[in-house]
Amino acid sequence: MQIDLTSDFFELFGVENTFTLDQELLVSRFNELQKHLHPDKFASRPDSERRWSMQAASFVNQGYQTLRADLQRASYLLQLNGIDIDDETDTRMDPMFLMEQMELRESLELAEQSQDPLATLAGTRKQIKGLVSEQAEAFAEAAKSADWEQARVTTRQWQFLDKLLREIKELEERLDV
Amino acid sequence: MALLQIAEPGQSEAPHQHKLAIGIDLGTTNSLVAAVRSGSADVLADQHGHRSVPSVVAYVSDVKTVVGLDAHTSDVDSKSVVRSAKRLMGKGANDLEGSWLADHYDFDVSSGPLPAFVTQAGNKTAIDVSAAILSTLKATAEQTLGGDLMGAVVTVPAYFDDAQRQATKDAATLAGLNVLRLINEPTAAAVAYGLDNEEEGIVAIYDLGGGTFDVSLLKMQRGIFEVLATAGDTSLGGDDIDNALVGWLMQQAGVDKLISEQARSDAKRYARLLKESLSDHDSVDVEFSVDGSPTFVGQISLDVYHAIITPLVARTLKPCRRVLRDADVDIDDVRAVVMVGGSTRIPLVREKVSEFFKMPVLTSINPDEVVAVGAAIQADMLAGNKTDNDLLLLDVTPLSLGLEIMGGMVEKVIPRNTTIPITRGQEFTTYKDGQSAMSLHVLQGERELVDDCRSLARFELKGFPAKVAGSARIQVLFQVDADGLLTVSALEKQSGVVASVDVRPSYGLNDGEIEHMLREAMDNAGDDMQRRLLQEQKVEASRVIEAINSALNADGSVHLSTDEYSSIQVLIEQLEAANQDDDRDIIKQAVANLERGSSEFVERRMNATVKRMMQGQGIDDIDKASLSRKEQTAD
Repeated sequence: MQIDLTSDFFELFGVENTFTLDQELLVSRFNELQKHLHPDKFASRPDSERRWSMQAASFVNQGYQTLRADLQRASYLLQLNGIDIDDETDTRMDPMFLMEQMELRESLELAEQSQDPLATLAGTRKQIKGLVSEQAEAFAEAAKSADWEQARVTTRQWQFLDKLLREIKELEERLDV
Repeated sequence: MALLQIAEPGQSEAPHQHKLAIGIDLGTTNSLVAAVRSGSADVLADQHGHRSVPSVVAYVSDVKTVVGLDAHTSDVDSKSVVRSAKRLMGKGANDLEGSWLADHYDFDVSSGPLPAFVTQAGNKTAIDVSAAILSTLKATAEQTLGGDLMGAVVTVPAYFDDAQRQATKDAATLAGLNVLRLINEPTAAAVAYGLDNEEEGIVAIYDLGGGTFDVSLLKMQRGIFEVLATAGDTSLGGDDIDNALVGWLMQQAGVDKLISEQARSDAKRYARLLKESLSDHDSVDVEFSVDGSPTFVGQISLDVYHAIITPLVARTLKPCRRVLRDADVDIDDVRAVVMVGGSTRIPLVREKVSEFFKMPVLTSINPDEVVAVGAAIQADMLAGNKTDNDLLLLDVTPLSLGLEIMGGMVEKVIPRNTTIPITRGQEFTTYKDGQSAMSLHVLQGERELVDDCRSLARFELKGFPAKVAGSARIQVLFQVDADGLLTVSALEKQSGVVASVDVRPSYGLNDGEIEHMLREAMDNAGDDMQRRLLQEQKVEASRVIEAINSALNADGSVHLSTDEYSSIQVLIEQLEAANQDDDRDIIKQAVANLERGSSEFVERRMNATVKRMMQGQGIDDIDKASLSRKEQTAD
């Protein structure tokens, strides 16, 4: 069975096709859709409807997860504009940015050996989150003027920062005994 | 109108009739059943007035199984009195190592992937034991409610993995229950608590039961309960506190090992009494005896007791920290902390959790009953009964799901705490020239190495065209349904070769085994059971006819050609004819035919309804130009 809702998540939720969409509107549209589509609303219905509901609700969840998170939304916008951000053959990076990355990575390693690793990590996280906000702003700017090449470069750097944030979380988990 | 049509699926059905549905809390030490009656949810007591059943089953003989309180007193070898079977749900033989269950019971691990308790009445798996408990609860419900059950919601620890969930569902099926949904215990508690208190904001549910621990963070908004993150430990609970106390008692008595089974179970019972007393007293007199002769007479103070259990309580705080991190929620943003599960009666637990969340914890609800009550509320709604609570639960998958890749590493496909149901695809490729098959190994867990994760299933995608390494494109699809159960399928994109698997073989039963066991149970139960099943099948058939007829009347002519319309009508007539007779298999087949024959129609009309819904929502915000463009393309 195929879900023929729409090919575009922005259209699915009826929100403006931009990076700086109205988050509150997105949340309320998501809630509204799930209130009608979720399998719990079909639990006593025939099998065919139940299967349909499962797929429709999965699709809506997928769309929501894509649009709600900033980085995912950025990657999705690039994809809609014909750019595959996960293309692994594309390895061009700004040398300055790479230097900065190496420094951040070093400070992660140092944090583990510091006196209060969790506090040090919290500091590093704050710093990286600041850099992420800058990337988000830069992306919004580039997307607004439809400069997709610039938007791509920004998103690539953003992915590196995001990976660092995930590593911090894993490190925190490991240190939590 | 279009909105209403999909919002109230039950509306067009026959005159309003309250369908009987129950909620079951299948616990490690105690189990309960609850239902909504005259608009309010309550636990159902058995004929002796007991509101819970100890999760204990005595296998006395082939024809005699005793469940609950009487199982303790049954004249039977203590190894045939099975308790805490929940700890073995979805587990394999290698999980027995280091478990106290292995000291208490004899196991047969030779007859399949599931270890079986060796009892006087033969080998019993954890699924069999759970099914016996569920059957007892079902009987209580049928007696109290006075009718056939439409279905049940069964709760599971939020941190249960796929195999443990599947085992629970299998047990319910074996007990003859129609499982409307598996829901997570803390989520069920949140439903009961949240609806009562009209709480808004972020709430933490701390659920420490007899054998499992869960903590969930939920965002509650009017009518929507969204789980943000969940974490836990499926082998940590009151049981472990009892065992720690037994350890202390033995140390005081200078005993290394409790040899007889009787001594072990006596010691545990005594430890439970001490634990309960210590919840209200600063110190308790102890008279501990092994096999009848007193071996330690003295006292246990609160300080000593706390020293014994502090490490266990501390273990629950790590998952608390993790849910906050995973949900990216600050402790100060948590509005309330709800305590669930019998073990939260222990003052030290309340104190430590309160200290952690920096606020008094809520203990006003009955920690033993709230899970069953929440499950009953959800069951009532799922059964299609019209309720005042237009409630939506959005739950998450507790553990990451992934596939084995080169080097014994795990590639995550669905990360933990993803809202379900969800479908995620990932593309893989071949690593050898001329490779025409690929072996897929599905895993669950957070670690990077295959050996550190739980193996859920292995299957093969075979027969795609051989190519040079790295050029095949294998799309692997993970689908987690609303019960939290996983299905995996794989497709080689260029050739279209497909393989798929319901993830259950490693530690569960397959459909054939369940069918076989059900038939056996039916043969034993005789005509009564047969009549019941026939009746259920007939009701199901009427329900499907009703649903399809009302859909045809509503907009059949819009979505179907004349030929399509009449072919569905033929299938309805065939089912109606079959339903006149008493052959369950033939009715079942006719239902399946109608379902299959009308699935395209169902799909078309539901897609159309959603499209209309999306437009309806957009009127305020989307500009007129784009709206009119949509109207042209709709339908």
